Amino acid sequence: MASHDCPHCPPPTPPDDRRSFLAKAAAIIIGGALAITAPVAGLFVFLDPLRRKSDSGGAVLVASLNALPENGEPRKFSVLATRVDAWNRSPNVPIGAVYLQRVGDKVRALNVVCPHAGCFVDYRSAKNHFFCPCHNSSFALDGQVQDPKSPSPRGLDDLVVEIRNGTEVWVKFQNFRAGTHDKIPV
Amino acid sequence: MKAFFDWADQRTGYKKLVHETLYENVPGGARWRYVWGSTLAFCFSIQVITGLALWVAYSAGSQTAWESVYYIQHEMWGGWFLRGLHHYTAQAMTVLLVFHLMQVVIDGAYKAPREINFWSGVVLLLLVLALSLTGYLLPWDQKGFWATKVATSIAAITPFIGPELQKLVVGGSDYGHHTLTRFFALHAGVIPGVIIAFIVAHIYLFRRHGLTPKEPRRRPDAAFWPDQVLRDAVACLAVLLVVVFFIIRYRGAELGAPADASEQFSAARPEWYFLFLFQLLKYFPGGTEIWGAIVIPALLMGVLIAMPFVGKWKLGHRFNLGFLWAMLAGVGLLTYLARTEDAASPEFILAVHSAERDAARVIVLAQSPDGIPTAGAVTLLRNDALTQGPKLFAKNCASCHRYDGHDGLGSQPKDKISASDLKGFASREWIAGLLDPARVDSLHYFGGAKQKTGKMVKFVKEDIAEFDAAQKAQLQKLIIGLSAEAGLKAQSAADTRDAVVIAEGRKLVSSTAMNCTDCHKFHAAGTEDPSAPDLTGYGSREWLLAFISDPSHARFYGERNDRMPAYGPDKILTAAEIGLVTDWLRGEWYEPKADPLPNLIPPPRRASSN
Repeated sequence: MASHDCPHCPPPTPPDDRRSFLAKAAAIIIGGALAITAPVAGLFVFLDPLRRKSDSGGAVLVASLNALPENGEPRKFSVLATRVDAWNRSPNVPIGAVYLQRVGDKVRALNVVCPHAGCFVDYRSAKNHFFCPCHNSSFALDGQVQDPKSPSPRGLDDLVVEIRNGTEVWVKFQNFRAGTHDKIPV
Repeated sequence: MKAFFDWADQRTGYKKLVHETLYENVPGGARWRYVWGSTLAFCFSIQVITGLALWVAYSAGSQTAWESVYYIQHEMWGGWFLRGLHHYTAQAMTVLLVFHLMQVVIDGAYKAPREINFWSGVVLLLLVLALSLTGYLLPWDQKGFWATKVATSIAAITPFIGPELQKLVVGGSDYGHHTLTRFFALHAGVIPGVIIAFIVAHIYLFRRHGLTPKEPRRRPDAAFWPDQVLRDAVACLAVLLVVVFFIIRYRGAELGAPADASEQFSAARPEWYFLFLFQLLKYFPGGTEIWGAIVIPALLMGVLIAMPFVGKWKLGHRFNLGFLWAMLAGVGLLTYLARTEDAASPEFILAVHSAERDAARVIVLAQSPDGIPTAGAVTLLRNDALTQGPKLFAKNCASCHRYDGHDGLGSQPKDKISASDLKGFASREWIAGLLDPARVDSLHYFGGAKQKTGKMVKFVKEDIAEFDAAQKAQLQKLIIGLSAEAGLKAQSAADTRDAVVIAEGRKLVSSTAMNCTDCHKFHAAGTEDPSAPDLTGYGSREWLLAFISDPSHARFYGERNDRMPAYGPDKILTAAEIGLVTDWLRGEWYEPKADPLPNLIPPPRRASSN
């Protein structure tokens, strides 16, 4: 067994084969158990985010109906809610933004996040459309993709709106996965 | 498969490396006494892996460090186990380092030609202690904060460069974000990097000179694999089992209350293996600490480093052995003294209990629906009536008042009780005692105060004492009605149940039959010029706030006030502090509705090292 390159190696001695086999097997089994303990403990903590559900939450009061122009022009509003960031809980802070617009006697709410790569879209009043400054996607007022060459896989994400007490616009605010054809909540 | 291994071997030569590693000669065959180096390497690898995993979730900042560690410990999947593994393996490493050093000295493995390897080992020992010292601060809890403050203050007495050194270590003139970022960089980056370099050198030198055999050799030489490997593996397993025992026993590593530079923490002690230094410092009076903190430890280190030279002398090895045993005995004795002195100190025991109470309480608050504010968890305790109320009471009220017979914190103040005991103030039982002829002039109520000779005591002792059965029944209703003014949380169920009685009772307070309104005001009833406190809203939050703020106000005792200071106008307490005492006296503080702790999460625990 011993190599000539290894000055400290002992001369080959014929060991008790059965004993040697048991020792080797035990060393490998114990060594394996030792080797996995710390990585497994670490892996659990590392994988912790996978078991956390996103807080889809309920509807949030975003604006008063009176704040929306009668002509259906979109207005951008911050969505204030309780933000949970790991251990911190901050009530009443902006967690996102929506464009609200009147559509007849209803209200349409579009998430300002571009479904392509997550940039915020702007409303351009001159062209009366939404425009994403990152990769030049443009969206019609109803959120549909306007430009056939747009890299966005889907239109802007509309959100569920409720009018309460006649004038309060409540929005069920959600973010959706970027880059997919379907609207999948994150 | 073989082709692949051959291909890889031609390019890396790994087979030869593996062969050399596994077939290292063990002179005299495998022995248990050779396992210490391997157990240390094993522990270090655990520390690197668990340390990296903790790093994934740790945030070094004075508003986020404790909070992120809390999150690891109480919210993340198996986080308590991971922290425990890191914490207790660190302790195991310190013990194993001592065993390894003992084995090296006893077997004479420090002698030529192994001097440099011995020194590299001494450096590794110091580096591992530096890891402990820096890691102790990172959770940013009271214990780590105050213990490390002591350590960095000691750094300041270093000759010539002390103050600058301290500033560099702390990252400024005071503890803050940069203390944590610096300690974290040292703990997770610089020191482990240097340790790895030294371990490589240590193992290289060990391989170069081979193992120092313990004579006489019992058996023929053998290869490292498999017999010595098996012994090493069993030893590592034993270490791991001990560590896991401690993790399970104490449900992970301790996490104290968040660091608060404004909150006294008398339970601060270094980690147990530094206790001997802590104890040593006690013997050096002011101005001479440098001997205990720097000179003596440096001299001892000097002797340790000189061992290879001393060992050449005829009796050198015996001297080295004697020195080692003497040093270990000294360390052991000092540690023992430190522990027994603490165990015999009522102040220390009280401080530890108080620390444990705060540590458990802050977890309850952090898990409340409000969670931890961005200003940090330290504000949770600062704004918590249950935590601050007793402390404020002990400091400001307990020289005259008592709370359930003590000062709020469980101690006896040096002054005798000379004003009422406020436990359950304004509750039915408390008012019943006040209106009891046998008790009104006891020390529990007015016995120690100026009011002892006042009209109220006289009324209770003369008039109420003469009450017939019907009047006594009315008095019961009056008590229930008056107590309802307080709106105490503890009585809310009873108050809701007894609404009818309360209405009757309130009428009785206002009635002329009971004579209350001869001196007191009560809502619309009562004299225009009252000579006793207004009973409208008696014991309510608003009433008590106003009373504590200024008992000499015309609404309360006016100029008949005894000794109680005007805490508000005289700026003895802030409005927030008066609010905390008030809420505490009224039993108003956050309590979780049900047990918020899922099974995986450890309950409040006793400190492992105290």
